[in-house]
Amino acid sequence: MDYIEPHAHMISRTTDDYQQMALTGCVALSEPAFWAGWDRQSADSFEDYFRQLTEFEPTRAAQFGIQHYTWLCLNPKEGENRDMARQVLARIPKFLQRPNVLGIGEIGLNRNTLREMETLRDHIALALEHGSMILIHTPHLEDKYKGTKLIIRTLQSFQNLDPRRVMIDHAEEHTIEMIRDNGFRCGLTLYPNTKVSLARAADIIEMHSAEGIYVNSACDWGFSVPVAIPQFILEMRRRKHSEATIRKVVYENPIAFFSQASNFYLSRACESVPGNVKELAYVD
Amino acid sequence: MKNIDSRCPLPLRRIVDEYFAESRNKMLELGAFFDRLDRAGDAADPDEEFRVVALKRAAGVLLEPGPQRVKRMALLLSDPTEEPREYLDRKAAWGAYADTGEGI
Repeated sequence: MDYIEPHAHMISRTTDDYQQMALTGCVALSEPAFWAGWDRQSADSFEDYFRQLTEFEPTRAAQFGIQHYTWLCLNPKEGENRDMARQVLARIPKFLQRPNVLGIGEIGLNRNTLREMETLRDHIALALEHGSMILIHTPHLEDKYKGTKLIIRTLQSFQNLDPRRVMIDHAEEHTIEMIRDNGFRCGLTLYPNTKVSLARAADIIEMHSAEGIYVNSACDWGFSVPVAIPQFILEMRRRKHSEATIRKVVYENPIAFFSQASNFYLSRACESVPGNVKELAYVD
Repeated sequence: MKNIDSRCPLPLRRIVDEYFAESRNKMLELGAFFDRLDRAGDAADPDEEFRVVALKRAAGVLLEPGPQRVKRMALLLSDPTEEPREYLDRKAAWGAYADTGEGI
């Protein structure tokens, strides 16, 4: 089954991983800007990073027939550094018109601090100023519930923000209802030790329906599985879910969300999905 | 709270067939973890460690009636406060909330 990987930090992965993803049906992916594992010392580092995301990675992905899209930001792990955030945000606009940029992300909170919230607000304002979509990272473990509430409250403080253009990622059982009840799109991250397992992701979809939900591997330099989505497909088949339901989660829902960006075009989707992919919409 | 009673397509016997072995293994791993804590080299009391206390409290939910046991367990392991931290105390989360009053 063809699938779209909506969240993968491919600069941390090998070419072998691209090959495995292509062999298992990945036709496109999106790569949010991420934390390097240590704090960068200069905004110049981010400029190089944004070039890597918009120039080098699309070329590497194309070798395997995978379309590469990306999101730009200063990641929440570095959001406490307000001076760095201001410098990096000033450099983002010149990259926003590059052909594979979908919007601003992954922004959000890490330890739910006041400065992180200021940096989040600045990113949201930048996205709205440029008509960009937003990809949200919700915090880890004990910080997730409170952080998701703070993020939603911050997003809703912007009156002209359309929640359908915002994907709130890394949802779990205790946060999914507040995300969907407020009209936002929702991502489930399939991780070996944290976030949700394959089985829990299937449980969540059974309990909350497949509308407006996609799954992702969020593969990076930590414990993560770049072929988690095909593993999820097997999990859903193990439970006798229909191919149509599975396809909605791993293919049609990402297309519907990404198609709100004017530059998103999935060449293979036009051949395999009835109608124009631009016309796909969520049914809430 | 919507659709929380939506059913898994598999009949109960088939769910047990598919998931019993891995669930059994996870439960034994948790028991082994608690035993390992009791055997800690410094003989420290595991119940002095807030993460262990939180995990034991969450484990109690396993034997409570459903639905939404996972949600209740996750909430027991979450920061229950409402206001942002005034400053960054550390980069990483620990997996359970330490009610120290620091940084809040």
